[in-house]
Amino acid sequence: MSTILQPHPHPIEEKTNYLNADYGWKSWLFTTDHKRIALLYLFSITAFFFVGGAFAVLMRINLLSPDGLFDHDTYNKLFTMHGIIMVFFFLVPSIPATLGNFLIPIMVGSRDLAFPRINLLSWYIYIFGGIFTLTAVVRGGVDTGWTFYAPFSTTYSNTHVILAAMGVFVSGFSSILTGLNFIITIHKMRCPGMTWSRLPLFVWGHYATALIQVLGTPVIAITMVLLGLERVLHAGIFDPNLGGDPILFQHLFWFYSHPAVYIMILPGMAVISEVVACYSRKRIFGYGFVAFSSLGIAVLSFVVWGHHLFVSGQSMYASMVFSFMSMAVAVPSAIKVFNWTATMYRGSISWDTPMLYAFGFIGLFTIGGLTGLFLATMAIDVHVTDTYFVIAHFHYVMVGGMVMAYMGGLHFWFPKITGRLYPEGWAKFAALVIFVGFNLTFFPQFILGYLGMPRRYATYAEEFHALNVMSTAGASILGVGYVIPMIYLAWAWRKGPISPQNPWKAKGLEWEQSPTPPPTFNFDKPPIVTEPAYNYSGHEEEQEVDIG
Amino acid sequence: MGSFSIFPERASTSAGEVDALYGFLLIVGITMTVLIFACVFFFAIKYRRRSDQERPQLIHGSLPLEIAWSVIPFLVMLVMFAWGTKLYFQNYTLPYKDTLDIYVTGKQWMWKIQYPGGQREINELHVPTGRAVKLILASEDVIHSFFIPAFRLKHDVVPGSYQTYWFEATKPGRYHIFCAEYCGTNHSRMTGWVTVMEPAAYQTWLSGGSEGGSLVAQGAKLFQQYGCVSCHLTDTQGRCPSLRNVFGNPVVLEDGRTVVADESYIRESILNPNAKIVKGYHRDIMPVFQGQIGEEGLLQLIVYIKSLSTPAPPQTAATKGSPTQVPK
Repeated sequence: MSTILQPHPHPIEEKTNYLNADYGWKSWLFTTDHKRIALLYLFSITAFFFVGGAFAVLMRINLLSPDGLFDHDTYNKLFTMHGIIMVFFFLVPSIPATLGNFLIPIMVGSRDLAFPRINLLSWYIYIFGGIFTLTAVVRGGVDTGWTFYAPFSTTYSNTHVILAAMGVFVSGFSSILTGLNFIITIHKMRCPGMTWSRLPLFVWGHYATALIQVLGTPVIAITMVLLGLERVLHAGIFDPNLGGDPILFQHLFWFYSHPAVYIMILPGMAVISEVVACYSRKRIFGYGFVAFSSLGIAVLSFVVWGHHLFVSGQSMYASMVFSFMSMAVAVPSAIKVFNWTATMYRGSISWDTPMLYAFGFIGLFTIGGLTGLFLATMAIDVHVTDTYFVIAHFHYVMVGGMVMAYMGGLHFWFPKITGRLYPEGWAKFAALVIFVGFNLTFFPQFILGYLGMPRRYATYAEEFHALNVMSTAGASILGVGYVIPMIYLAWAWRKGPISPQNPWKAKGLEWEQSPTPPPTFNFDKPPIVTEPAYNYSGHEEEQEVDIG
Repeated sequence: MGSFSIFPERASTSAGEVDALYGFLLIVGITMTVLIFACVFFFAIKYRRRSDQERPQLIHGSLPLEIAWSVIPFLVMLVMFAWGTKLYFQNYTLPYKDTLDIYVTGKQWMWKIQYPGGQREINELHVPTGRAVKLILASEDVIHSFFIPAFRLKHDVVPGSYQTYWFEATKPGRYHIFCAEYCGTNHSRMTGWVTVMEPAAYQTWLSGGSEGGSLVAQGAKLFQQYGCVSCHLTDTQGRCPSLRNVFGNPVVLEDGRTVVADESYIRESILNPNAKIVKGYHRDIMPVFQGQIGEEGLLQLIVYIKSLSTPAPPQTAATKGSPTQVPK
């Protein structure tokens, strides 16, 4: 069955692959190869990650002293730019546009995405949006917070709101196009034998993500246009002095931005499913439940946005409904965590780096998810909303969850992407540094939040000093933790040992039937799937081969 | 660091209740976290790979387990939901008893506090223990949020509307006020102090004096100044509804709806009279005051209009349940 996997007679570097098929800048900037586009995205989002991270470092430095070290406007711009860049230019595209772009066509057994040119277009749009945002940064920054709340953003802020909003508006289209490409590819481009119930969970997770991208992102685009109309033409939509309603802005903003939280975490969950299965050598426990929980999250994510408005003046009964729905959306997330854990039961568990990140993800996402329940519980949300408790909560999900998954996925598929192995010792060390640094940075913020320290404060009361110093200390460790992989991965890309075809003995088309690194059209022979996903135990329960 | 605590001071009737709920969630959260961490580490060690040839047995899944770990957490969440919702409604529904109304106006970047007796303060709020205090929150510019950690309460202060909440302080002392909704440059300096005092000490503090008379008197002055008085109190031609005994009572509108005349209704009717026309009266008679009166003046006018309702009706939220109260 898996005999299609053949040893390669020639050393890898002699074989033509997507990296050495063509040279020169044109072969990259005008490529329609999903793998090359994935790399374009990889380099761009890494750059944005370090820009956004630099802002975070400056914020933490400012907070070393209760009186702050920078002036207030500078600090306000720092957290705004940190938020905008990290959310719209790192987290939203992170896993889908890099790993998803690279792997989905290979995982479903296709030569490319359904629309290769649209895929390239989405990268150009992303860069175009990024240029708007970076222009706003260079020309002096924005100070509205990444949430752009009206009427501050529409009327009172005298910074580059329009430029930043344009950046968000434009980059949204790249997200829509990526989602559209994924949905159609997953529906129409699966190879013979790749039935829905054999799809890797990575693909299921991205399918759910793509649905949110396509359905939700237009709303943020509309919101940004209305914001611009209000700011430039005083249209009277959000500003009460012009007859508008500021709460309307919050509804529109969160109607996208809460589902967007799931755009940012579902792909992380998708990566973890692959990693846990491979390093436990087990089929994912409850495959169907994990697959459908992604769809459940995607659907429910659209009916929870009002939990951001419990103290905004929204009707109490609306708040009650949103509180209930927010509890409900936690169930599919819990199902995933339990199933990953159960997958490890009686497995053959290796402690390789990607699995370390998966351990980290499961633990930290659990904390992030459970503290989400605190925020869904209305009487507690009233106290902790807009405090550091919220900051800690979403960093546990976004950094402890998504970034851990992203790092895990990068290591897992690094041999696939580059054809080389990364240094395992350094990688384990960096994973540990990141885990320690992360917890030291963000755990104290839960305590700070319940004690009452509001978010977005350039200065703070004396009694919050010790915990803030602790958090800054953690941030410096975390920063180092992110730089180490940059160095050894860059080194390994050029000088690392050549990777065998399937270094982890993993299952899946990308490891078993596509050469490492893949050729431009991904497969030497048309791929065919004859067994269920994650068939690590070698049971061939589905004997019939349905071709065509 | 000897007095380090994960709880801020508890100084209101709701603080202890919120902390109790928080404690329940902490117990659930810590139990679950420990359970997951323990399972992950136990499995990772017990089933660690000993040889590269290992081929673990296939385990498909288990429907009873899936049902168990969906339904049981959901039931626990329902407890959180019910408890949290009950407490939220209790904390934000005004009590039936007589409240002490204090008017808070937020502007970049200060809190202006007005008391019924006409006293004014900036970034300082004085309240007695043992009395339900109702805050009426208004903003002159952007959204702010009036946050008192020691009371475990906050509410956004939204321009163009009134937001209210109430509390009953229990413990004398000085506690932080923070602005919790980002409002621009000096957001982190938009802070102040609540001073909670014993009732007797509070009376002494109140008698410390106020310039310009009580809020009612100041409102009455504005009522004259803006010419409201000629139509709304002494008018004999029936152009405008009289404002006597309006506040806190139901009003029938021209489209047949009935609304209760609370602070937000009065505010809207001053700023934009055509938004809700009382049944039997005409549009476009009263001038629009949008942009003419500041938030503090508005609050004074509203206090005055409240004082025209005698005897003092129950508070707005209380009247929602009893629409039978019609002025006699």
